[in-house]
Amino acid sequence: MENNINFNNIPAEKFRFATKNDYSHDSKFQTKPVSYFQGAFRRFCKNKGAVVGGIVIAFLVLFAIIAPFLTPFNPAYYDQVFAFATPRNELFLNTNFWDGCKEKNNVGSLEYFKDRALGLETGRDVIKNGEYEVSEDGKNYSYRYDTYYGVGFGAYKIISMEEYLDIQRYQDATGRQVIYPTVAKADRPKTTQDQNNANYYYKTEKVGNKTRPVMDENGDPIPVYWTYEAGNLSGLMAEYNSKRIEGENGFIGEDGKQYFYAYGRLVDGGVEVRTEYYEYYTYIHTQVKKDGIGEPSFLFGTTGTGKDIFACLAYGARFSFVFAIIVAVVNFVVGVIYGSIAGYFGGKVDLFMERFSEILGSVPTMIVITLLKYHMGSSSHILVLFITFFLTGWIGMAGTTRMQFYRFKNQEYVLAARTLGASDRRIMFKHIFPNGLGTIVTSVALVIPSMIYSETNLSYLGIINLEAGNTTSVGTLISAGQSAIIIPGAAYVAFFPCMFLVLLMLSFNLFGNGLRDAFNPSLRGSED
Amino acid sequence: MYMFKYVMKRLGLMLFTFSIIFVMSFVLIKLLPIHVNVGPNEDPYIAYKQLEGRGWITNIQKGENGVYTYDRVPIMLQLGTYLKRIFLHGDFGVATTYGEYLNKPVWDVFVSKLPPTILINIYSTLLGVPIGLGLGIFAALKKNKWQDQVINIFIILLISVPLIVLGLLIQYLFCFKLGWFPLQVSLSKEYFTWEVFHSMLPAVFALSLGSIAGYARYTRAELSEVLTGEFMLLARTKGLTKSQAIYRHAMRNSMVVIFPSILSEFIGVLSGSLIIEKMFTINGVGGLYLNSITFQDYDFFMLLSAFYTLVSLTAGIVIDISYGFIDPRIRMGAK
Repeated sequence: MENNINFNNIPAEKFRFATKNDYSHDSKFQTKPVSYFQGAFRRFCKNKGAVVGGIVIAFLVLFAIIAPFLTPFNPAYYDQVFAFATPRNELFLNTNFWDGCKEKNNVGSLEYFKDRALGLETGRDVIKNGEYEVSEDGKNYSYRYDTYYGVGFGAYKIISMEEYLDIQRYQDATGRQVIYPTVAKADRPKTTQDQNNANYYYKTEKVGNKTRPVMDENGDPIPVYWTYEAGNLSGLMAEYNSKRIEGENGFIGEDGKQYFYAYGRLVDGGVEVRTEYYEYYTYIHTQVKKDGIGEPSFLFGTTGTGKDIFACLAYGARFSFVFAIIVAVVNFVVGVIYGSIAGYFGGKVDLFMERFSEILGSVPTMIVITLLKYHMGSSSHILVLFITFFLTGWIGMAGTTRMQFYRFKNQEYVLAARTLGASDRRIMFKHIFPNGLGTIVTSVALVIPSMIYSETNLSYLGIINLEAGNTTSVGTLISAGQSAIIIPGAAYVAFFPCMFLVLLMLSFNLFGNGLRDAFNPSLRGSED
Repeated sequence: MYMFKYVMKRLGLMLFTFSIIFVMSFVLIKLLPIHVNVGPNEDPYIAYKQLEGRGWITNIQKGENGVYTYDRVPIMLQLGTYLKRIFLHGDFGVATTYGEYLNKPVWDVFVSKLPPTILINIYSTLLGVPIGLGLGIFAALKKNKWQDQVINIFIILLISVPLIVLGLLIQYLFCFKLGWFPLQVSLSKEYFTWEVFHSMLPAVFALSLGSIAGYARYTRAELSEVLTGEFMLLARTKGLTKSQAIYRHAMRNSMVVIFPSILSEFIGVLSGSLIIEKMFTINGVGGLYLNSITFQDYDFFMLLSAFYTLVSLTAGIVIDISYGFIDPRIRMGAK
């Protein structure tokens, strides 16, 4: 202040006339105007959780769209022999993870012997890398067991002569061994439960009512293949001119003559053979069915009925998304129309419409779905599900829309529009509705996961069965997974569908919350 | 007086809604074909006679090919008979197709299934509510500190992970991997023994996790809003310590909103959770309902759907009414 005291002594030359440029009012804003949706988008992007949620949702949607095209399997496919095949990824074959093996812990020596004998014959790693651990008392074995190679031979298979010849052609062309030397009837196990079991190519004896292998002095199996002298094929044997197992190329017997193994036994209706199921499966799928499936390999493993989990999950996810979006759109349209009429006109109309939706909304979903199922039992379950979700689903949307209409209908701009002569419909859908759109869209986004969730629950409970043709549901998979959790090493059946559901719900929750906050205009500017 | 009028109005409305749902279900059920459950070589005549006795059909005649024909009683007459029997004799009908309970009164079967359902839900509420409230209060008091953030992540996880997955995880981990609990709930009728309680624990745990998360989130939001209120400043200014102020003023005010939902949860325990009952094979009402759907047993369906509707309507109304009783500031129905 002291510096300004002598103001009456300012020299006159310090003054000059102001020019036009010195006025700075009416200048343009330096910043750009931010529209409602731009602002909402900016607020949304600031919310890290919501963005991550959005990315995960995009990933899951992509999975649902693309995955069904990537896999040759579909939900209708099943193969009982490859039930509970563990997840296998070709890239992980040399690790102890995702390699299609499972841990066998402390199994008896008999089981170990069987697995080893199978590996010895086929030359595959039924026991991974041949590594095993023996417990201190020498009775129990632990090792990683390959669930693909371990299926072995199953029962003796009777195939037609044409197929027998075709397999030989296939063997010569590819160098794969499908048919293995067979065992004479007399040398097969004597017990009823094992006499048709083709895994026993070695000498066995009957102890009680169990089959026990007879080992040589090294603890190895003693093969008891059916043999014949060269050029002296028995009338019971089927001729075989193809790839022979390793080490056999007509061996010299004790009597100095040349012997061969027999590969097929002639029976009524064809040839009885021992086929390794792994190779037979490959043969059937590549040569006969030609359905794009090659060697058995299931990325997410298989269920107890031998369904491919990856395909089921992909098709189930695709169905869930498509279904939820269709229902959400229908609910959106109906709910918005209903809600805007109730909200805009208010009064008696509103009271009546509210009462109607309240009564409809208080009918428990379970009762609706049961009644529909009784009445439409023969028709598709998808239709039942659709009607159920539609009957009660639009009510929430109508409520949201009604609230928005109550909020905006008495604002000045609406009154102005009405004064200018705008029709009711124009005011409702051109003036009020776009303002409430953000909130309404958010509620659509939140409805989608809840619909997938209910659909999963209903199919888990078995009320709705979507398993028909190429549709299935994540809930059905989880149900299959639950019955498998008591089987050691089969937890993965439940793991993948559960993981999908958790990711979906979590990301939709984060995403929906972010969307809700972003569209909330009262938060505008609070982030700066 | 306002309160009384309001309660009566709500109750009347609820009764109206209930009767509409009830009558609609009844009509829709009676439009369906009748199923009769008889063995391969048994004559279904007795079964039809029984249906006639209950007033559903008349004029049973045996056709030449051995197939019975009958006329249906008009549905509104059937409804009258049904209601009369319920109100005069408490008779809800007998099971007609549900193999296990064939010809048994559905009401008796229903009552016998109630205890396990209620017990599991009561236990889970008793476990879930205090823990949920405690976590919520703790998080609100430590708002924006690391404890709050940890609890927040926990809440979001628990709310997002579906009950199926939670139940499955608990069953896998505690019942199968660790073997602490049996895989299924004991079927013993002695409900208050250690064995039954022990076998129920995983189901209780799975059910309570959801309500823990719900209450924690709710309490945290409510309490932290109340804590910023100006009367809290006044309470501190007049000399209360922080804990006194929180206990006497903040907590009570936040409970106004939370208490009604606790009340309604205690009513909701009756209906139970279908998923948990299926997962842990609990021999309760949910399983009965699911089975009666498969068997298409209509008397069971009518009783159980009336029950479920009543429970959900009552739970809703209790929330609204208890607001008025708890919070003197709310005078509902007041002009």
